[in-house]
Amino acid sequence: MHYTFDFGWLLEYWPVLLKGIGITVELTLVGGVLGVSLGVACAWARALGPGWLRPIVTAYVEMIRNTPFLIQLFFIFFGLPALGIRMNELEAANLAMVINLGAYGCEIIRAGIQATPKGQFEAGASLGMSRIQTFWHVILIPALQRIWPALSSQIVIVMLGSAAVSQIAAEDLTFAANFIQSRTFRAFEAYFVTTLIYLALAVLLRQLLRGVGWTIFPRRGAASRAR
Amino acid sequence: MKLSTVFNRRGLLALLAGTVVATQAPLPASADALATIEKDKVVRIAVPQDFPPFGTVGSDMQPQGYDVDMAKLIAEKLGVKLELVPVTSANRIPYLQTNKVDLVISSLGKNAERAKVIDFSEAYAPFFNGVFGPADVAVKDTKDLSGKTVGVTRGAIEDLELTKIAPSDVTIKRYEDNNGTISAFLSGQVDLVATGNVVAAAIIAKNPPKKPEIKFLIKNSPCYIGLNKDEPALLAKVNEIIAAAKKDGSLDAISQKWLGAKLPADL
Repeated sequence: MHYTFDFGWLLEYWPVLLKGIGITVELTLVGGVLGVSLGVACAWARALGPGWLRPIVTAYVEMIRNTPFLIQLFFIFFGLPALGIRMNELEAANLAMVINLGAYGCEIIRAGIQATPKGQFEAGASLGMSRIQTFWHVILIPALQRIWPALSSQIVIVMLGSAAVSQIAAEDLTFAANFIQSRTFRAFEAYFVTTLIYLALAVLLRQLLRGVGWTIFPRRGAASRAR
Repeated sequence: MKLSTVFNRRGLLALLAGTVVATQAPLPASADALATIEKDKVVRIAVPQDFPPFGTVGSDMQPQGYDVDMAKLIAEKLGVKLELVPVTSANRIPYLQTNKVDLVISSLGKNAERAKVIDFSEAYAPFFNGVFGPADVAVKDTKDLSGKTVGVTRGAIEDLELTKIAPSDVTIKRYEDNNGTISAFLSGQVDLVATGNVVAAAIIAKNPPKKPEIKFLIKNSPCYIGLNKDEPALLAKVNEIIAAAKKDGSLDAISQKWLGAKLPADL
């Protein structure tokens, strides 16, 4: 081996990396918040929604879960302009991530909802809670609490999967790594640094999601620990 | 004693071969290549076989492309048979130097190193990269790119050059490969693309609603026909054929066929 490791390029290219980190974080936050919201709506539709809505949501979920993310992204970015729907690469990337997480989140959250015993619905009603109150307090929050670890993992997967958006020239962290690699030809160093950044982002995101879990489910967390 | 026992066949062949080698060895350097071509009624031309649209093997297994058509034109005007010799970009000049071919028509660019070992004709094909866009986008130089979105293939020479020369408010979108750049242009995700005329030709071949036209050049390196040094007669003849083909429009027709555009005025 005659390879001399050289990280000198970091001096010149750190703004590119920083910008990439910013885009990846932005995509993950928007994708995470809107994706989970879409997932909740779809889970409600599939588990408790009106009969006509269920097959539509089922079709959406199956279509997204059984096709590659990269193809979904290409379809939105390169394909939809043919129908007059043109988005820039960040809009397309955000939309693709929301749609993707929405479908996976839907199935995870639905599992949590369906694990709720039917008697709890009736208990809510007999306590004089409105349907919305029952859904929120009796069904959704306990359901989310049950599946929070699984949902957190899915959000982390979506963040790591966002590397694909570099293919439509969205300038995320992976784009930054490729960009630096093609300017410096320092493949090992560029991808090594990028790997470490992704690792740090994933660990931070998991901690953040754990914190979110603690704030959303404080009493129930205490109750289940006391049990 | 029979003669064959003294000069057995192998020995005789060796002797003959020796004579042949001895008489042929000085040929490449001294003989007039044009005279040889006219005497043998055949011209041997090196063409690429892996470089569309200049030279590829078609579905009928026949070589085709800009360079192949150019070779056919040269042979026709010389009034001799054409022998196509497929070469790679690495061995095209050695083929010429070792007299395996008379001419190299293999999208050959001119540079000082090559000019030391071979001669070049006049340019016969355009080869450049630049900024391309649809007719309704008014761009004449780098300043006009202001506020526009330009697609390039990441790491390509156009990417590096454009990054250097473009004003700061130009948005450069860098795609993973030429297909991404082409798709981005066709789907309207970018106003313009910076790429080679060969890639632009590939877009035009798809007959899109928006045709990429050259707006300005980034780097120009046209193709020349290569031939051995000290062949003034052949060089003059080849140049004469190229000049005539430029004048009568037959070179324009080849350019239109393979590159989707007429020859640039400066060629």
